[in-house]
Amino acid sequence: MSKKPLGKIFMNGILNENPTFRLLLGMCPTLAISTAAVNGIGMGLAATFVLVFSNLVISLLRKIIPEKVRIPSFVVVIASFVTMIDLLLKAFVPSLSAALGMYIPLIVVNCIIFARAESFAFKNGPVESVFDGLGMGLGFTLALTTLSSIRECVGAGTIFGIQIMPASYQPMSFALLPSGGFIFLGLLLLVVNALVAYVDKRKKEKEEEEMML
Amino acid sequence: MSDIIKIVIGGILVNNYIMSQFLGICPFLGVSKKSGTAFGMGMAVTFVMTIASFFTWMIEHFILIPLKIEFMQTIAFILVIASLVQIVELVLKKLSRALYQALGVYLPLITTNCAVLGVAILNSTSGYSLFQSVLNGFSSALGFTLSIVLFAFIRERLAANNMPKWMDGFPGALIAAGLMSLAFLGFSGLI
Repeated sequence: MSKKPLGKIFMNGILNENPTFRLLLGMCPTLAISTAAVNGIGMGLAATFVLVFSNLVISLLRKIIPEKVRIPSFVVVIASFVTMIDLLLKAFVPSLSAALGMYIPLIVVNCIIFARAESFAFKNGPVESVFDGLGMGLGFTLALTTLSSIRECVGAGTIFGIQIMPASYQPMSFALLPSGGFIFLGLLLLVVNALVAYVDKRKKEKEEEEMML
Repeated sequence: MSDIIKIVIGGILVNNYIMSQFLGICPFLGVSKKSGTAFGMGMAVTFVMTIASFFTWMIEHFILIPLKIEFMQTIAFILVIASLVQIVELVLKKLSRALYQALGVYLPLITTNCAVLGVAILNSTSGYSLFQSVLNGFSSALGFTLSIVLFAFIRERLAANNMPKWMDGFPGALIAAGLMSLAFLGFSGLI
């Protein structure tokens, strides 16, 4: 593998390969806990913690783990870090732990963490893997916070518990229902797809202009 | 008796894993393009979830609780599920060629299906007995099968229609799923 600049690895997770918007990985927690912006940030940071450390450990062990038993080994590493963050949250932020409920232990089966272990950490050095984990994790956090802010704003008129809609606004509790989660994520993806298509088109036009010159 | 009915109706309709609990969304979006494959996935999940409910209950009540290491729950459960999937695959290969060919390709995908780990954790937090756990695993998996097959029928129809350019693919599918979930909300008064 050729060395890629760390900044590029980091930004890859946030923009080009954003796990939620571009790869559609880790949909269960995204839909389930995005009812309040606080939960979105909490879930995103918990997943980032697990991603960074599991990427680091798997990358350090990549020469020791035999190819054939790599999946069970990944599972054990990831599950250990998930147990750690679960216990830490229970001890220090019990309210967040209660709000996220069973979705914290379910980080174990979050496809993002598996996918990065398999496709990045197992093939790259520890420093790159940490940056990849950080980028992917923050990309996930960004997507979760965006979606949950929109849902909280429409469904309760607040963001992070602060009233932002005028007092006369009737909250649409539909946004907080499970079906609201599906529909708002669908609409958000639609906007992101349109934006990506627009940026690509602009890039192409610019290249063509340069060619003309 | 009323307990049994409550668990079955709850698992299949009211607390449908996909439509109201958001468990197993990855396969729900990933393998729902054709109704045939969706059905195969549903059957494989039903098989594994029922057996996993049985074994995780055994592990929790005969190993974790007596040794007072309940905090190891996540690690123990995921290891049980991962090895279970492997064993089921091997046994099916030996015993029933036909069943293996029908379910084989879906089995490795199930390890990272959060519905399986989800049912194990839910059984443990609800304090179900062994029978209730297995029943809950089985009926929740039937609910999963029901919604993934229904959704596959909808997607087959969607694919045949002209969709606006930005809506094509996942955005359209997610909005269709949202409407379906709204329909499932109608069951919430049943129990």
